[in-house]
Amino acid sequence: MIGTGISVKSTTARRRHPLARVAVVALALGLLGGGYALAAPNGSTADAAIASGKADDTAQGKSLFVAHCASCHGMNAEGTDKAPTLIGVGAAAVDFQVSSGRMPMGDAGPQALRKPRPEWATDEAISQLAAYVQSLGGGPTIPTADQVDPAQGDPAKGGELFRANCIQCHNFTGSGGALTYGKHAPTLNPATPTEIYEAMITGPQAMPVFNDTTISPEQKRDMIAYITHVRKQVDPGGSGLMRIGPVTEGLVAWIAGIGLLSLAAIWITAKRRRVKA
Amino acid sequence: MTDNNIERPEGRVVPARVVGTPPAAGPSLGEEPVHAPPGDPGVVEQDPAAARRAERVVALLFTIAFLAGAGFIASYVTFQVGDIDSTATSNFALGGTLTLALLSLAIGITVWVRQIMPKYNLVQERHAMVSDPETREYVKETFLQGANESGFVKHGLLRRTLLLAAAPLGLAPLVLLKDLGPLPGTVLRHTVWGKPTENGKPRRLVVEGTGQPIRAADFNSPGGILSVVPEGYEHDLNELAKATLILLKLRQEEFKSGTNLNWTHDGIVAYSKICTHVGCPAALYEQTTHHILCPCHQSTFDAADGAKVIFGPAARPLPQLPIGIDDEGYLIAKSDFHVPVGPSFWERGDAEAEARETKS
Repeated sequence: MIGTGISVKSTTARRRHPLARVAVVALALGLLGGGYALAAPNGSTADAAIASGKADDTAQGKSLFVAHCASCHGMNAEGTDKAPTLIGVGAAAVDFQVSSGRMPMGDAGPQALRKPRPEWATDEAISQLAAYVQSLGGGPTIPTADQVDPAQGDPAKGGELFRANCIQCHNFTGSGGALTYGKHAPTLNPATPTEIYEAMITGPQAMPVFNDTTISPEQKRDMIAYITHVRKQVDPGGSGLMRIGPVTEGLVAWIAGIGLLSLAAIWITAKRRRVKA
Repeated sequence: MTDNNIERPEGRVVPARVVGTPPAAGPSLGEEPVHAPPGDPGVVEQDPAAARRAERVVALLFTIAFLAGAGFIASYVTFQVGDIDSTATSNFALGGTLTLALLSLAIGITVWVRQIMPKYNLVQERHAMVSDPETREYVKETFLQGANESGFVKHGLLRRTLLLAAAPLGLAPLVLLKDLGPLPGTVLRHTVWGKPTENGKPRRLVVEGTGQPIRAADFNSPGGILSVVPEGYEHDLNELAKATLILLKLRQEEFKSGTNLNWTHDGIVAYSKICTHVGCPAALYEQTTHHILCPCHQSTFDAADGAKVIFGPAARPLPQLPIGIDDEGYLIAKSDFHVPVGPSFWERGDAEAEARETKS
């Protein structure tokens, strides 16, 4: 169909375009590089192959540990005066601390805070690190996806346990609160179900331990169901005011509410400055 | 507003009566205000141009108030309540329209007063508080006349029985004060931990919320905490207000001299959860420092050292409950607390000294 396709004349014109040469070279390089990448022994496939073996996972974890953790926790995780020993803390503790960005700890403060993970801390790297620490002296392991699935938990039962054991520090909607000497209980909102479970069984930092023999895994799942369920609840007033209860609510009522009423009262009764005739 | 003025045959312009105002017997509506004769130095007339602008603003606000008011009625008809979502929508629509209507009305009236009406100072005369002498004399005479006619002085029997009739009614409120009691007696000194159980066995500690008894071997992670209630009283709030515990698991070497180790079991120690300051639940436990913090007034207790007060207004440590295990390995209370739990009360005295004396 003449007129719809590209005419010979226009094709020739394109070949002579000043950028045509650049485009051709780029295309050639791209094909060459892509072909090499496909043909050459693939780095990540090789890593995956090594990772499938348990021992190699641990070895990989050890080198990660030496690179990123050993300066504080000691070359063999024996602990130093800067940081505690990691022997026996288990894979769950490693997964919690590193996946939430708390470890490696940035600057010294009352406690380690949640922050974006460093670049090396991929899911794979964390699981290797966890395998290494687990190999040192056992300890709590990472829960399965089933164990932390909020859909399988009962939020009502979980709420009862949450109110008995957690809200004194973490607040009734998991908003967190103050502790002694500059420490605080963090908000639970950014935590994943796995992290919540791991925090309960390992007791990170100042948090106490809730082991599986006294609070069963099913009860923990109920609590996770409650915590995640509360996040979805709509605040009837439009804004939850950080959901920390009467402190912010009172502050807003007193400062904003009464302030606005006072301004209105001043406006109603204010005398205008008299204009001189 | 010239339409309101009706042309009379005589050529005189009489303003028509405005709806909702009294009949124009005195000064007619629509005339210049009588209070403020123009030219008076105390009176400030509004700038006519500004007043006209303000008039449009006020009219707009009143129109908004009308629309919002109509919207309120419309929302009441349109948004039916039922489930949570539709009720929320209805609440929002009703509240929003009513707020808008009342707020526009209020702002409109305020702008009207401030920018259209003339400004001047008005002195409001007040009459004296006291009644005039004639009235006071009349009241006095009437009172005396009534008293004499009643024969209150003459008929002694009537007077005395009337006073007698009033006496018990006067005393009644004093008698009712008894309802403030009875005095607590020894109720505040004891908790259900010391009560014998139905089957005669020692009372077990159970987990708050689940009611499970706690096997000492299961509560084996150092740094652990549990909120604990007495078996059989899991839902008795009056008793729980005194008997609730926090159960902590420490490493044996972490205990200091303040803790009574005979009352612990394998590093497990039980303290009253009721703060000794004003009775808030003190359970913010840090496993690294062994601090128990009370959220109400920041009283801080050292769980490793017998819950000694290390900060804040509390005057006494949290009482420690003597615990042990039964033959099945479950944690039990060996006795009641040796001192009253919770805040001070009038008859408490130095319960700690008494406890020391009975022990020695």
